[in-house]
Amino acid sequence: MNLLPWTIYVSFAGALLALAAGARSAAAARGVALATALAGWALALAAAADFAPGPGLQPLVDVPWIRGFGIRYHLAADGISLTLVMLTGLAATAGVLFSWNITDRPGAFFAYYLALIGGVYGVFLSADVFLFFVFYEIAIVPKYFLIARWGSTRREYGAMKLALYSFAGSALVLVGLLWLYAATGAAGFGLSELARAAAALPREPQLAMFGLVFLGFAVLAGLFPFHTWAPTGHVAAPTAASMLLAGVVMKLGAYGCLRVAMVVFPDALAWWQPILAWLALVGIVYAGLVALVQDDLKFVIGYSSVSHMGFVLLGLAAANLQSVAGAVLQMFSHGVIAGLLFAVVGRMVYERTHTRRLDDLRARPLHRLLPFAAVVFVAAGVASMGLPGFSGFPAELTILIGTWQVSRTWALVAAVGVLVAGAFTLRAIQVSFFGRSAADAGPDAGSHPLDPITWPERAGALLLLAATLLVGLKPDLLLDWIIPSLQSPLFQAILKGGAS
Amino acid sequence: MTLSVQHLWLIPALPLAAAAVGAVLPRSGRVPAASAAIAAMGAAFVLSCLALNGALADPARHAVHNFAWFDLGHGAVMLGWLLDPLTAFMCVMVTFVGLLIFVFSLGYMRDDPHFARFFCFLSLFAAAMLGLLVANSLLLLFICWELVGLASYLLIGFWFHRPAAAAAAKKAFLTTRLGDLGFLLGLLWLYDSAGSLLFYDAGRGVLESGVLAGLTAQTVAGGLALSTAIGLLLFCGAVGKSGQFPLHVWLPDAMEGPTPVSALIHAATMVAAGVFLVARLYPLMAADQALAAVPVHALTVVALIGAVTALLGAVIAVAQDDIKRVLAFSTVSQLGYMMLALGVGAWTAAIFHLLTHAFFKALLFLGAGSVIHAAHHEQDIRRLGGLRTRLPATYRTFVIGMMALAGVPFLFSGFWSKEAILHAAHGWTVSPLPLWAGLAAVALTAFYMTRLVAETFFGSPRSPAAAHAEESPAVMRIPLVLLAGCAILLGFLGTPAWPWLQARLAGAPLHGSLEHLFEGGGLMLLSIALVGAGIGLGWRFYGRRPRASAAAADPLAAASPTLMAALAARLGCDEFYAATVGRLHALAAAVADGLDRWVLGAAVSGVGLLGQFGGVVSRENDEGALNGGFDAAGAGLRGAGRSYARAQTGRVHGYLRALAVAFVVLGLVLLAGGVP
Amino acid sequence: MSPLHLCLLLSTGLFCIGLAGALSRSNAILVLLGIELMLNAANLNFIAFWRYGPAPSAGAGVVFVIFTIAVAAAEAAVGLALVIALHRHRRNLRLPEATRLKG
Repeated sequence: MNLLPWTIYVSFAGALLALAAGARSAAAARGVALATALAGWALALAAAADFAPGPGLQPLVDVPWIRGFGIRYHLAADGISLTLVMLTGLAATAGVLFSWNITDRPGAFFAYYLALIGGVYGVFLSADVFLFFVFYEIAIVPKYFLIARWGSTRREYGAMKLALYSFAGSALVLVGLLWLYAATGAAGFGLSELARAAAALPREPQLAMFGLVFLGFAVLAGLFPFHTWAPTGHVAAPTAASMLLAGVVMKLGAYGCLRVAMVVFPDALAWWQPILAWLALVGIVYAGLVALVQDDLKFVIGYSSVSHMGFVLLGLAAANLQSVAGAVLQMFSHGVIAGLLFAVVGRMVYERTHTRRLDDLRARPLHRLLPFAAVVFVAAGVASMGLPGFSGFPAELTILIGTWQVSRTWALVAAVGVLVAGAFTLRAIQVSFFGRSAADAGPDAGSHPLDPITWPERAGALLLLAATLLVGLKPDLLLDWIIPSLQSPLFQAILKGGAS
Repeated sequence: MTLSVQHLWLIPALPLAAAAVGAVLPRSGRVPAASAAIAAMGAAFVLSCLALNGALADPARHAVHNFAWFDLGHGAVMLGWLLDPLTAFMCVMVTFVGLLIFVFSLGYMRDDPHFARFFCFLSLFAAAMLGLLVANSLLLLFICWELVGLASYLLIGFWFHRPAAAAAAKKAFLTTRLGDLGFLLGLLWLYDSAGSLLFYDAGRGVLESGVLAGLTAQTVAGGLALSTAIGLLLFCGAVGKSGQFPLHVWLPDAMEGPTPVSALIHAATMVAAGVFLVARLYPLMAADQALAAVPVHALTVVALIGAVTALLGAVIAVAQDDIKRVLAFSTVSQLGYMMLALGVGAWTAAIFHLLTHAFFKALLFLGAGSVIHAAHHEQDIRRLGGLRTRLPATYRTFVIGMMALAGVPFLFSGFWSKEAILHAAHGWTVSPLPLWAGLAAVALTAFYMTRLVAETFFGSPRSPAAAHAEESPAVMRIPLVLLAGCAILLGFLGTPAWPWLQARLAGAPLHGSLEHLFEGGGLMLLSIALVGAGIGLGWRFYGRRPRASAAAADPLAAASPTLMAALAARLGCDEFYAATVGRLHALAAAVADGLDRWVLGAAVSGVGLLGQFGGVVSRENDEGALNGGFDAAGAGLRGAGRSYARAQTGRVHGYLRALAVAFVVLGLVLLAGGVP
Repeated sequence: MSPLHLCLLLSTGLFCIGLAGALSRSNAILVLLGIELMLNAANLNFIAFWRYGPAPSAGAGVVFVIFTIAVAAAEAAVGLALVIALHRHRRNLRLPEATRLKG
């Protein structure tokens, strides 16, 4: 377990090394990046090997940091953190593999990339809310540069929108937390200290503070109607950044909602529950419908991410053991599947065909030109539709099981969302890859073979596919970590609040 | 030798392994892919026979093997295998028919470049279907249910470059998924109220009396018993998968897939999964029968839907000109029969019919495949004709299948299973509708099958393709002969004199005696007369004076053009859906240019047009209102910057004067306020 | 009229002369001169308040003035460098024409 903090340090050190190596050659930079990502993932795996699932956060590091305000450098982990750390390691490794062809200032690219990863690890391991917040901001800044410098379609616009939304969300969170700190005179920013302090407050300020903090984090999780940064940001971002954005960064928001907002203000959740649940439900169906009419393949996937994150937020809002466990599982599942989809669209297809417009893609026999990409995209699409065998199925099923206990209407609407997801995913698959056969495509289409899929792409795709299949077939690999964590005293107040 | 329930998973696992082998082989690996698939299927057939042998030793026993899938805190989500005669009979049927169809495909798909992939998908389908059969958990059943849907999607769209096939695949997938929505909700509800999804679990399973009593004791909105509500939701899944009215529209379109696929999935096995589901859940569906004060019983709905479907499918089949579509509508109709049987309480008769139907309908489809293969992919019966002499083996076996389907008395299996259903419908006291619908469908079935045979095999060839047809190779003929044998023999397992199959299924003792053979003789005579009338009329219209050319008018259409046109257009069901729930048909035809609209249409769920509207509105909202806010803030900042920049004139004296003025103002303020 | 007041009057006069010069002359050197005058008026105030203030022995005023003179010297050096640069570029020192730094 004590290996886990090293994931943070290794990533930041790797960022500096990559910057230095980038001055020598691109190969050196990506070698450093791959080694760093692998090292982070290996550390997570090693920590998981001797992780004993149980209630409560297991302390890792705890030293005073800013004494005047009782702020501590306090890292701790439970099954939920571990699940997400595992996701981060996986996504980081795959992301490096899919960035193998970066030639434009690779040192800086991988430095930003690894700094982002380090920040994400930090968020997932922080037990002090102030520290959490610091890492959260560290993760947001490199994201801006990755998109603005290496992105594509309307990249400055996408990057700025993303940054503005993120900072607006952070500001809400900060206001809520400082208000709480000031109003109660809490001794510090530790999770349990804040929760104790909040419990002593009257009801109305608690409601307002919860709203500020939850909505602030939910912006980054793509909660309707604060989701519009997500599709444009995803589209503008370079492939690896899209993968991280959808795969990991959106999880930061959801994780913040669960770990900070819900834990600190358990009593306010009951009042907010219907509002949050309906926002999540509207997001699920709405984003699915929008995805149906998009012309740009990456937009389809961007909106599908919003739709799937809606399930996470619904699971959190329903607030019982099953639904929250399902939400955490869905975070993992969506991280892997969305990463895979973005990898196929952004790296395998776009960088070869230089178009993502469905009309243009339909004119090419892509299944013939890129058979490996076609197979991966079909598998990822099937996983994204929530078909059994892949991780989306147990995740969405557990969320639905939990939601059903709270409200049947919610479960019904969410199930309709699953249907819409099937519709837009099938459309994306059929139109993009199977638009026409090699025989009846024009003579020009067949005569320009595309570059073959390279080994890093294959390795990355197989890695992610294996992960989603493994979790889909044996969800208890993760649930055995998640469920005991949720049975800790920190969460009991919330989960009680959700039972109807 | 028997197969114990702990090892039952081997039956689906073998085809799954074959599918995995097929998936990793390159396209050139035709021989290993096909041999792996066929070997796995053969082995699964042997194992199924062993399982059946074990199940028959104690037919009343539900042998289970349960295990936890994952733990959800308040209790594990369990999966499990179940071995009882129902499972075992179904497994034997699926593996046997599947094996023959696999062999047939060797010939049929010989020239296809994606031969290996075809066998991979077929094996995947077989694995999912067998998994569905051996499941002892509604959740495992649902998982496999979704996977057979996926395999069906992949196989209907196997020739995806044909727009019609791609559209049909999507239509099939989404329509059945609409039904699965109800299935999923029923599953959630059942899990919430029963706390388990296992069928049999030593008294705690959802099909066991303790849990069922709890489910019937509660009522929900409208006075329905809880078990009725759950049962009806689960039945939605069956309606979608088994092509029951009103979700039958996908099944005829699914004929765009290769013919062996139609035979295996859309005739013999997958579409029967809905019937199997209701039969498997029969204790749950029938749990409310004891209650008198409920507005409706679940089984009544099943019976009525089945009756409507049986009649509707048979009526529409009369006017179809595509050999596979006639058979497809006939499948819809026969599935309606099975549902009807389930609804009136004769679930063993339904399974009997399911089994016989699987054999003779697979036979008919493979026969049709043989015709299509021989006639160079000509499927229009108006352009066939005269194939009796050119394809003698196909002709003979096809006629056997036709007689079995039409219910020609005594010798053919379809007669006995159909009689069992009519007999049960006759005894149903709630409504006479199922009986009437069943009898009408009997006559119609005989009529359209006679028409099909007469048009295809008699007369003279009406196109060059038909004139040069040559008999299919032995690898395709042998499965036909074997299936034809089964189409005859299988009926004798369930005659009234010796209802061995029904008794074994129900786990009841066998009371056979010859005097029961003509039990309900009046009804039997009536249905024999109707069969005779149907065949006679069909022969009168189509057999005695075969049409001279492909363009010649249909005799019935000449007699009643409007009616036949309406029937040929499938009674406008598709148009109805096109106009109401999403323009399915029209949009599917417009794959090339209407990609937004037709996906929305396929979403079916009643949101069709509304969905498109919602999508557009949402996008506008995104780009207008929500983005607008941020854009306006940015523009404001830029404007402010520009106006401040104007103050920077670059004139030093201007700055100095501003300083001086500021100094004076400061002085005045200090003076006015008094120096502190 | 106390000595403090006399000193203040003197410094006010100096300041006004400097201000008028800085505002009204167009030659860069003369403007600089005006600014130096104003600085020195401020220095005079420091000294006066220190000398006639409550704690003449503390030395704070002298320290302030020494700092100011040092800063003024640096400023004069920078200012004259600017003036030379300006002259090299434009061949004259008329400030109203040197407006290239406008925003």
